[in-house]
Amino acid sequence: MTINELQDSIIEEFSMFDDWMDKYSLLIDLGNSLQPITDQDKTPQNIIEGCQSRVWLNAEMNNGIITYRGESDAVLVKGIVSLLIQVLSGHTPDEIINTELYFIEKIGLREHLSPTRSNGLLAMIKQMKMYALAFKAKANS
Amino acid sequence: MNEQELQNIRADFPILQEKIYNKDLIYFDNGATTQKPRCVVEKIEEGYYHLNANIHRGVHFLSQKATEAHEAARTTVAEFLHASKREEIIFTRGTTEAINLVASSFGEAFCHEGDEIIVSVMEHHSNIVPWQMLCERKGLTLRVIPMNEFGELNIDEYKKLLNSRTRIVSVGHVSNVLGTINPVAEIITLAHNQNIPVLVDGAQSVPHIPVNVMELDADFYVFSGHKIYGPTGIGALYGKEKWLNAMPPYQGGGEMISTVTFKKTTYNELPFKFEAGTPDYIGSTALAEALRYVQDIGIEKIAAHEHDLLIYGTQRLMEIEGMRIIGTAKNKSAVISFLVGNIHPYDVGMLLDKLGIAVRTGHHCAQPLIDSLGIAGTVRASFAFYNTKEEIDEFIKALKRVVEMLS
Repeated sequence: MTINELQDSIIEEFSMFDDWMDKYSLLIDLGNSLQPITDQDKTPQNIIEGCQSRVWLNAEMNNGIITYRGESDAVLVKGIVSLLIQVLSGHTPDEIINTELYFIEKIGLREHLSPTRSNGLLAMIKQMKMYALAFKAKANS
Repeated sequence: MNEQELQNIRADFPILQEKIYNKDLIYFDNGATTQKPRCVVEKIEEGYYHLNANIHRGVHFLSQKATEAHEAARTTVAEFLHASKREEIIFTRGTTEAINLVASSFGEAFCHEGDEIIVSVMEHHSNIVPWQMLCERKGLTLRVIPMNEFGELNIDEYKKLLNSRTRIVSVGHVSNVLGTINPVAEIITLAHNQNIPVLVDGAQSVPHIPVNVMELDADFYVFSGHKIYGPTGIGALYGKEKWLNAMPPYQGGGEMISTVTFKKTTYNELPFKFEAGTPDYIGSTALAEALRYVQDIGIEKIAAHEHDLLIYGTQRLMEIEGMRIIGTAKNKSAVISFLVGNIHPYDVGMLLDKLGIAVRTGHHCAQPLIDSLGIAGTVRASFAFYNTKEEIDEFIKALKRVVEMLS
């Protein structure tokens, strides 16, 4: 599936719920089922400090495809991290760089991305794209 | 406070009728800011519609009226704090600006390299950073009063910190995270024994407990209007005349001058020396209205009701398995910080929000305190006199649901 197809399928999945608590239940399930990042990967380099919660992010590229791993100490943030990985992992640097992420807003979780919310998510999205840029530059050099 | 009085009070606060995500708003974030009674909002409206003219300099009717209102507001603040003179009240933008004013002006006049300033471990960033900036500027050292496991300041350690290099002590009256009511009278007496002045950060105390600056013998006492049902952007600094007179102005501009030539400017007398620029006379007038509103109900009555809420809220919270109350001082204001098991505060706050309940999560602008507790933050419910036990019941019901979802 393309990145946008993945985004659309998440939007569809969330559209089944009109109650906030149901949406958040799903997010909690996603957070809890996210494969935890290994302790070795919980390095200061991989940490994105938010004011309220922290996010860890790591990435590797094999055969031109990027795989992300991430985690957070807050489960709701972890749920969103899980969605971001679901959408962006398994794609090429170019695909990732050129993606416009619209699903978070569409499923009503934009408030988690407000700069003042400071949960590290906004910085994480930026970091995911930075990884893609770095891998691309490395591949081209 | 009986049921009818409580309902009458609630009716004065239109926002309490708001629906949040189609649910009744339960506002437990009063430590951050309080809601405004109708009379305060009306005072602001009245100010702009009927009283608006720049104060002090005008010879015309409106300017005189606005000046009178602003200066009457100063008297109201002075009376509320039991200050001896109205000139000892300086209007500021709030607690933060008031502390910055003292750190800057007092620091300029009285602090020299090698001197020390004492704060406590439970201070809000607003009562840390201005002093740190002064320390950096002048080569001073910041000393910190520690606390015990209940969140009470260690007075024996404080005594050891006081010495001939100490220039000022600056402590919060009530902790915004722990709710601890600090023994500021004792802190002041101990400092005064060595001729050291004390600033008290009253942001969390003035709205909730009776404050008498003369009885406390505080040298400086500061608070914010918006935390006591007044507007944002206005607050006050009480300072003893002897200190304020000896301190240089904080900012230069209009109003604070006596005469200006390009050679030399002489400064106005108190309180105007510290109020550069057009003061927020609409804000001060509305703040005075808020103080009158509080006075009419009675701060003792407010404190008693909030204490009931604290006791009831604490009891009910303890029903929840894994509940850990952060801050269990004997003398406590109606602020309850807590954690449940290993659940992250952010998750609790976000889910409670979806149920219409406003609490605060995180480090509450007191990172050194949160770090010293070895936690990432807390969930904080902070009550005001318009809150009810029924709201606490709803809150507990919601919290139980949230905890179950997150466990």
